[in-house]
Amino acid sequence: MSHAPVYLDHAATTPLSEAAKAAMIEHLGLVGNPSSLHGPGRTAHRLVEEARERLAAAMGVHASELLFTSGGTESDNLALKGTYWARRRLNPAANGILLTGAEHHAVLDTVQWLVEHEGATAHVAPLTADGLLDQAAWEATLADHGATLAVSTLMWANNEVGTVQDVPWAAARSLAAGVPLHSDAVQALGHVPIDLGTAGLASAAVSAHKIGGPVGIGALILRRDQKPVPLQHGGGHERSLRSGTLNVVGALAFAAAAEAALAGLEAEAARVRALRDVLVSGVLAGVEGALLSGPADAERRLPGTAHFTFPGAEGDTILFMLDMAGIASSTGSACTAGVAGPSHVLMSMGASEADARCVQRFSLGASSTPGDVDALLAALPGAVAAARAAGPAAGRRDR
Amino acid sequence: MEGAPRAAHPAGERQRTPQALQKDTTVAMKILAAMSGGVDSAVAAARAVEAGHEVVGVHLALSRMPGTLRTGSRGCCTIEDSNDAFRACDTLGIPFYVWDFSDRFKADVVDNFIEEYQAGRTPNPCLRCNEKIKFEALLDRAIALGFDAVVTGHYASVLRDEDGRVQLHRAADDAKDQSYVLGVLREDQLEHCWFPLADTPSKALVRAEAEERGLGVAAKPDSHDICFIPDGDTRGWLAERIDLAPGRIVDQEGRDLGEHRGAHAFTVGQRKGLSIGHPAADGKPRYVLQVRPKENRVVVGPGELLEVDRLVGIRPSHAGAPHPAVATGEWIDALVQVRAHAEPVPARVRWNQRDGAPAVEAELSGSLRGVAPGQSMVLYVGTRVLGQATIASAHSSAWNPDALGAAL
Ligand SMILES: Cc1ncc(COP(=O)(O)O)c(C=O)c1O
Repeated sequence: MSHAPVYLDHAATTPLSEAAKAAMIEHLGLVGNPSSLHGPGRTAHRLVEEARERLAAAMGVHASELLFTSGGTESDNLALKGTYWARRRLNPAANGILLTGAEHHAVLDTVQWLVEHEGATAHVAPLTADGLLDQAAWEATLADHGATLAVSTLMWANNEVGTVQDVPWAAARSLAAGVPLHSDAVQALGHVPIDLGTAGLASAAVSAHKIGGPVGIGALILRRDQKPVPLQHGGGHERSLRSGTLNVVGALAFAAAAEAALAGLEAEAARVRALRDVLVSGVLAGVEGALLSGPADAERRLPGTAHFTFPGAEGDTILFMLDMAGIASSTGSACTAGVAGPSHVLMSMGASEADARCVQRFSLGASSTPGDVDALLAALPGAVAAARAAGPAAGRRDR
Repeated sequence: MEGAPRAAHPAGERQRTPQALQKDTTVAMKILAAMSGGVDSAVAAARAVEAGHEVVGVHLALSRMPGTLRTGSRGCCTIEDSNDAFRACDTLGIPFYVWDFSDRFKADVVDNFIEEYQAGRTPNPCLRCNEKIKFEALLDRAIALGFDAVVTGHYASVLRDEDGRVQLHRAADDAKDQSYVLGVLREDQLEHCWFPLADTPSKALVRAEAEERGLGVAAKPDSHDICFIPDGDTRGWLAERIDLAPGRIVDQEGRDLGEHRGAHAFTVGQRKGLSIGHPAADGKPRYVLQVRPKENRVVVGPGELLEVDRLVGIRPSHAGAPHPAVATGEWIDALVQVRAHAEPVPARVRWNQRDGAPAVEAELSGSLRGVAPGQSMVLYVGTRVLGQATIASAHSSAWNPDALGAAL
């Protein structure tokens, strides 16, 4: 390795920000359960509520609309399962779920579970080839199935390709149809300006570790009129929707990270976008056959994300070669067994299964430098060439 | 060892030349260690690391249903095995990856296993996996990605003769020797193989070494079963995949004895499950002598007729430079082994042609019991593996079941 380790996987998780680290260190010695009725309890309660208010303010919502959870996955589960159950109680015929095929597994697998175990019917609306919502098809599904839809969901920004959806548009349509809309905003928060108070948006999932906060804390932004059925029962925390002792230090660090990320969003997005554009043009110029995924309009993509298809070069082999060269990248999704399947996101954008195996995501963030991009541009052509040679090599020999 | 005088290397003696090193282990190589999650591959990788090579650990995902946690006996492909391999790599301080060969494993090993049974043969899937997956798919990819060699925890040894050509030999520990299941490897594959456990006197020492190295798998039980048949019930597994049609059971002279539930459910040497109502005239137990899937017939008879001394093998392969007798067609003295851990039997062997294709013939000086077509006959001279062939027919010089054809 002729360079320092290069981390190009900020979309998976990004380093703790200085502000979050300071908040954690300051409060690590804290004793006191925020639910306790004594002095230390009140102190902890004050700190967690201050964190909630700061975080809510930074995100433009009211503190009572913010439920702390363990992260994005839990928030998606609570919003989707809870809302589905609640709506079906009111109207047993309402078993439909409207979504696109490009959702994160936290949404996709939750919906799949509801289909397999709770009698749900999934309505999968198509995407255009650049990953944007096919708005006509979405509207048509709402028109055809609105009466039996329990919930609709549309991720704000895609974790693989980085496509930014027009959630306010979808929220307005869902509102008109009388169907709650949930948005997974895990990748969008802190990276593109979003309005979580958008009219018609019933709930949104966010997670601290994608914006410089610690792993293990997230939030569900939940409009006041929403009453999902809880997943966890216990002490009645968080509007009785999410029982469990509150993570005070995590909440403080989340608030600090969000404040820093949101205050500096524009400048940091511009810096990262400029780096990303160098990366993209370098890859397109330096790697034969490279195809950039996502909308042509860069405003509709996350500033730090660059996602490519390298036809004929399997994504996990590119990852392997880059990792051995000290460069951390991603194929987008990995299952628990550590095997990368074809990208469901690319397939939902119409790519073939073969091409959907030949993808690589490079995601930049706060710690990224021009040197990182240079190192990638130096190593990538060889990695892709090796992957292209290894693909047929690992195929079947003539017998 | 072709060039060497035979007398100097009596059978059984390790034929090691002075420069007999399997790889030039003094030069740092890029090594890919195939990590099953078991103790052997972990120790093999550890030795490669210790020898100063740049080692990367790879676990093969072979199951089409990744993510199953298996209880009871172990095989490959479980989350637990993958995690054990990962933890072993952590301990060794080397990178770890999972490579997905499940499609190829299904096509080349699992489907082949079913096809072979359908054709009335008894395949060895571990041998097939070594041939097609570990030392073809994995090796080819490793070489394409710039690696010099693949390391596995097999007990066998790769040596070089005076001319620098590779040879495959039995491991030092006879009880653990796995040269049989590696007998399919060809010279081009052996060139890139390193089996660091070759000279380990016993498995107990490997476990002790693992313990010493802090490897968590030190006490992990060995795998025994066919990995894709986790409960070990091969018959039951096959029955779910092969349509069984009732057919006739006949004896060695062609006499009809009753009905069976499907020829594919039987294997040569099997005694149980024949459910022929009446006993044999001599009162002795009857065994399956031959499975004839085309006619859907099962031939049964007395145990003596399971003793075979004539083997014909097809699709021979050579584990190194082909023996000179391959070219001349002369008979040579060799040892024939037909199963992993079976006793090798002395034989006269020659390579020739059968139906216009390369074949091997063996005349055993003793006899073997219950040899089924589809098994691999691995040929040894001393500790050296010459190569192998797939058994096409096995019979006794006194009775050839193929002669029954006319009678049926
Ligand atoms: C879009 C999206 N949703 C949900 C999640 C899950 O969030 P968490 O890791 O906080 O559970 C992630 C992170 O991988 C994500 O990118």
